[in-house]
Amino acid sequence: MTEAVKTPKIPPEKQILMTVNGDEAVAYAAKQSLVDVVAAYPITPQTIIVEKFSEFVADGEVHTEFVPVESEHSAMSACVGAAAAGARAFTATAANGLALMWEILYIAASLRLPIVLAVANRALSAPINIHNDHSDAYGMRDSGWVQIFVENVQEAYDTTIQAFKIAEDERVLLPVAVNLDGFFLSHTLENIRMLPDEEVHKFLGGYRKTYPKVKVDYFDEEVPLILNPARPLSFGPLDLYDYYFEHKMHQIEAMKRVPEVVREVNEKWYELTGRKYGDGVLVPYGVEDADVVVTVLGSTGGTVRHIVKKLRSRGYKVGTIRIRLFRPFPHKELAEMLKGVKVVGVMDRGISFGSYGPSFLDINTALYDLKERPLLVNYVYGLGGRDAPPEMIEKMFMELLEIAKTGEVKERLKFLGVRE
Amino acid sequence: MPKQTLPQVPIKKGEPAYKLWIFEPGWKGELPLILNPRQLAEQKRPALLPGHRLCAGCAAPIIVKLASFAFRGPTIVVNATGCLEVATTIFPYTSWAVPWIHNAFENAASTGSGVEAAIKALKKTGRLPYDHVDVVIFGGDGGTFDIGFQALSGAAERGHDFLYILYDNEAYMNTGIQRSGGTPPFAWTTTSPVGKVIPGKQQAKKPIADIMVAHRIPYVATATPAHWLDLMKKVRKGIEVDGPAFIHALSPCDRGWRHGTELAIEIARRAVDTCYFPLWEWTPETGYMLTDRSLAIARNPSLKQPIEKFVEVQGRFKHLLKPENRELLKKFQEYVDMVWEDLLKRAVNTPK
Repeated sequence: MTEAVKTPKIPPEKQILMTVNGDEAVAYAAKQSLVDVVAAYPITPQTIIVEKFSEFVADGEVHTEFVPVESEHSAMSACVGAAAAGARAFTATAANGLALMWEILYIAASLRLPIVLAVANRALSAPINIHNDHSDAYGMRDSGWVQIFVENVQEAYDTTIQAFKIAEDERVLLPVAVNLDGFFLSHTLENIRMLPDEEVHKFLGGYRKTYPKVKVDYFDEEVPLILNPARPLSFGPLDLYDYYFEHKMHQIEAMKRVPEVVREVNEKWYELTGRKYGDGVLVPYGVEDADVVVTVLGSTGGTVRHIVKKLRSRGYKVGTIRIRLFRPFPHKELAEMLKGVKVVGVMDRGISFGSYGPSFLDINTALYDLKERPLLVNYVYGLGGRDAPPEMIEKMFMELLEIAKTGEVKERLKFLGVRE
Repeated sequence: MPKQTLPQVPIKKGEPAYKLWIFEPGWKGELPLILNPRQLAEQKRPALLPGHRLCAGCAAPIIVKLASFAFRGPTIVVNATGCLEVATTIFPYTSWAVPWIHNAFENAASTGSGVEAAIKALKKTGRLPYDHVDVVIFGGDGGTFDIGFQALSGAAERGHDFLYILYDNEAYMNTGIQRSGGTPPFAWTTTSPVGKVIPGKQQAKKPIADIMVAHRIPYVATATPAHWLDLMKKVRKGIEVDGPAFIHALSPCDRGWRHGTELAIEIARRAVDTCYFPLWEWTPETGYMLTDRSLAIARNPSLKQPIEKFVEVQGRFKHLLKPENRELLKKFQEYVDMVWEDLLKRAVNTPK
């Protein structure tokens, strides 16, 4: 949700009004972010990002080295190599491509490389399907990446730039995935406002400058972890039971610091552009007095908010929280917000087979410590790009309101918009 | 832990931390500055330092050290998962005096692509404190013939400026001697055992260097650590060319080939003497050129040794020496001859 600010540093009339789809917005953002290396492989619905970026390269508008790799596995591998050599690296993918990257996602995070990855979320095969759901993003949940979900094209642009700022923050130095819903955002034209190039450069502080620092016996001072012939270091060594665990602890600690950085960046962006997305972590609407709250990720957030507005105008006490930062998951903040709510409906555009939707599992965990826990229902919806129309969401709210009245959850896991 | 320093390493800003190459800058000639291996070992320090945990008698570190003597300046080494990687960098130790990165098993070439792209981008924007930084990739046979082949082929097609050195010990030695695309026919491995019915590997060795020639990259060569001058010259040529270069180096493995720890160099020599592993180089301009001992054999075929000479010192082939398997040995000889004759036809410097 966009909130207006009275005096942003760059007033809207000084921003560039463009009509672009989500993929193009991401490509423009990457271009303005002074990316050194883009290694990517085409896959629907991400392809436009790569196409657009290739045009920037072909027209000499960027200094970027574009590496048209032969697979997504190599795309992420090349990004790892580039980021290790000190470059700002970017790639984009979706679904099966992301699944092919899986092995290297872990390596990128563990080597603390601030790579930015745009995921145009798409359903995983089989059966093969090119349309949106979040099964691909849920699949990389435990890889150590920061995962942000956006709601609209403007946010896709804003978040891609923010992602570099977050990833390269010295407190973080982790890779960041920007998730935009395939087709719903990747291929949908919206009017958005972009910053002039130099403002983005200033926001990011120019080229990449931050690297993890390491203390090595044979150098006197702490040295940046980078492939530098003057300070030879070994990246990615064999690391057995005597040190591996400590290295994982570093990652765990870095993840803990992410939410505060996301909030700061969100605030700085707000001062600069007049746009912010909740506190950057969670985007609540109408939650304060609500009996029923629905949580959601991605573009469906807009539809849910529309229904919340409609129902509130009829006097129903309902609200919604869009989870913008999915990893690290804001357990505490969410529990704080949901305190006193009677029923929480958790919408998941994906499922862990044999269990629940992945965000449901986290929310369940988040609420455990509350003295009075809300009732919980998990709604799995929209798999394979199945539409989530307002009527369906309204019906879900009415069901949740009924549960709030009776205090009884008959089915914990429900499926919306699927034929019986 | 006592404070350690890298001996004899001049570390100044903007200067590489090691100076070990034996060719003059801009080297074009035939011979390196030092011709005596003892002198080389005494005076120069390779990129791979002592103290690594590779097996006694392993040829891989010899290949790496010889190759590093031929580096021309600041160099970044990329390593695929394998013996060389796990045995040289057991945290918190490392044997590498050069910046070194290991990403995963199958992606050394794509990781190298990324490093090279980063070097270019940094240079373009004035952020590289060197005129050039070379990228040298080391991969084993599993990581090159098999699982890493797609990445290698893609990187070669894209034309990144790197040198890929395959140290081929002809099986998955790191995981315990399993067959790979690089394992020769009839060789025993733990997944191509010599059984009552099937006598070792039944398939041929993938002609990986010829496949790289088919990519029409600027430089392809074969080498062994026994022919050390030949190896170093080839490494330097591979680094000097603009674009991808590929060197296939045979790397005897005493654990996997079942031979004594003192025999690695001898076996590499016999591999060439029997024409099992001919030495050649290829460029788009010259085509196939025999080098070193293989050229000598082509000039004087009486120097060519029977394949028994290669087979007799290795336990992995011992079944071939049994009287009942004479037929198999003959087949192996025919296979070696076929590969050799084929090369003679293609090589431009074969005496007519």
